[in-house]
Amino acid sequence: MYRERILDHYRDPQNYGEIDDPDVHYSDVNPSCGDEIDMYAIVDEDDEIVDVKFDGQGCAISQASASLLTEKVKGMTVEEVRNLETDDIKEMLGIELSPVRVKCAVLGLKVLEGGIVEYKKEK
Amino acid sequence: MSIEKASPYNVDDVREDFPVLERTVEGEKLVYLDNAATSQKPERVIDAVCDFYREHNANVHRGLHTLSQEASEAYEGAHDRLADFLGAEGREEIVFTSNTTDGINTVAFGWGTRNVEEDDNIVLTQMEHHSSLVPWQKVAEATGAEMRFVEVDNGVLDLDDAYDKIDEDTAMVSLVHMSNVFGTVAPVEEIIDHAHDHGARVLVDGAQSAPHLPVDVGEMDADFFVTSGHKMCGPTGSGVLYGKRELLEETSPYKYGGEMIKLVEYEDATWADLPWKFEAGTPNIAQGIGLAEAVEYLEDLGMENVHEHEKSVTRYALERMWEDDEVEVYGPPPDHEARGGVVSFNVADAHPHDSSQLLSDEGIATRSGHHCAQPLMKEMGVPATTRASFYLYNTYEEVDALMDGIETVKEVFA
Repeated sequence: MYRERILDHYRDPQNYGEIDDPDVHYSDVNPSCGDEIDMYAIVDEDDEIVDVKFDGQGCAISQASASLLTEKVKGMTVEEVRNLETDDIKEMLGIELSPVRVKCAVLGLKVLEGGIVEYKKEK
Repeated sequence: MSIEKASPYNVDDVREDFPVLERTVEGEKLVYLDNAATSQKPERVIDAVCDFYREHNANVHRGLHTLSQEASEAYEGAHDRLADFLGAEGREEIVFTSNTTDGINTVAFGWGTRNVEEDDNIVLTQMEHHSSLVPWQKVAEATGAEMRFVEVDNGVLDLDDAYDKIDEDTAMVSLVHMSNVFGTVAPVEEIIDHAHDHGARVLVDGAQSAPHLPVDVGEMDADFFVTSGHKMCGPTGSGVLYGKRELLEETSPYKYGGEMIKLVEYEDATWADLPWKFEAGTPNIAQGIGLAEAVEYLEDLGMENVHEHEKSVTRYALERMWEDDEVEVYGPPPDHEARGGVVSFNVADAHPHDSSQLLSDEGIATRSGHHCAQPLMKEMGVPATTRASFYLYNTYEEVDALMDGIETVKEVFA
């Protein structure tokens, strides 16, 4: 599970930090373990994600998954992000995950999707 | 190492009583160190539950047929066993619950909402489990009472602060006997004396104490005492609420229905005698009978012996971790006397979840998270910890296995 690629993203996460005045911002926790993630994104007029950042704290799986997710979604439309599923996250990570750890892995996506729902509502 | 690896009983023999300890996980021998969450069950308890279902299964109290009488006798007799085990005066003071949470809710909503008033305060400690904290929050909300929290310094309750916070306006003190995060044991007798001097009642949360050390509720003079059966070799779905008889008399049921009534008319009803007025509906019969067998098992080993064994194994673990710069141990130093078998720690930069995962890959069961004490974790400045919790069957060799596992965590997260 703890492949070098996962550990690299955990130690040195990509797109880590906040975005001032984001179009999308949402945060959530995994109540069973206390993992926390905030997602921020800037969306252009074509609903395409042009910038995305995350911050938070938690286990290697949740943080590495969020880091990889920010790389994956840059350039996607918000609709495409909303269509992402658990299997896409598993494929992105490329590791075997037990059901408990799947919750860690999908936290970043859950937060980003939550933010997109809010963004759509406001629009 | 200053610890002599001794035990008051033969641990290898004891381990043979627990079938699950034979199994392997990930090809490794299971090292079960999650006992604060739930304990394993000895063959005797498993047999008692199976025997009930195979030979005597029937509903209790009402039936005149033979099986029902046998079931009733066994289930009611189980209350007597628990009364004896906890030092209560008799079965009238022993309510079977589903777990500790159920017991605390019975006191909070059966006694608390009816006896706590707006100008009162409710005193808890900073290290209460959510199962005590949250029900009392609701009582405070319903009554307008103030909540106060006795400070905890590095896992040790500040007794002077308890003396300050418990005053003439205190209606209830709800106190964790042994911390599920640090394993520290609170000076409950002193606090109970002080609370009684000020006219307050005391609920002792014994979820972690009764399974691990000798408890005598009479000597302690607790007004209410709650614990879980499944943490002391008993089945899940078993738990106990002890209450002084006169207090249980003035406590209302908080669950209503069958089994708990005396006379029912269309418009009104009266309640059954103690303890049955608190056991609405068909109770957890097999679980109660299994719990009685569990406490007999513990009495055969001797609770003094259980406590001594766990303290020695825990001290060995603490000393090994304490001298390791890359392991942060939460709570007082290894020589702190008043403690049981719980160690909370973190390894280097590894998140506790990852530590637990890597340990599990080596067959070692620990728990990671906030341990149902989120405000305490905030106070400690950590999001979570890894917790190893020991029981009567754990060995010094298992501590060594844990320390080897911790080396793996360090290597991965170096």
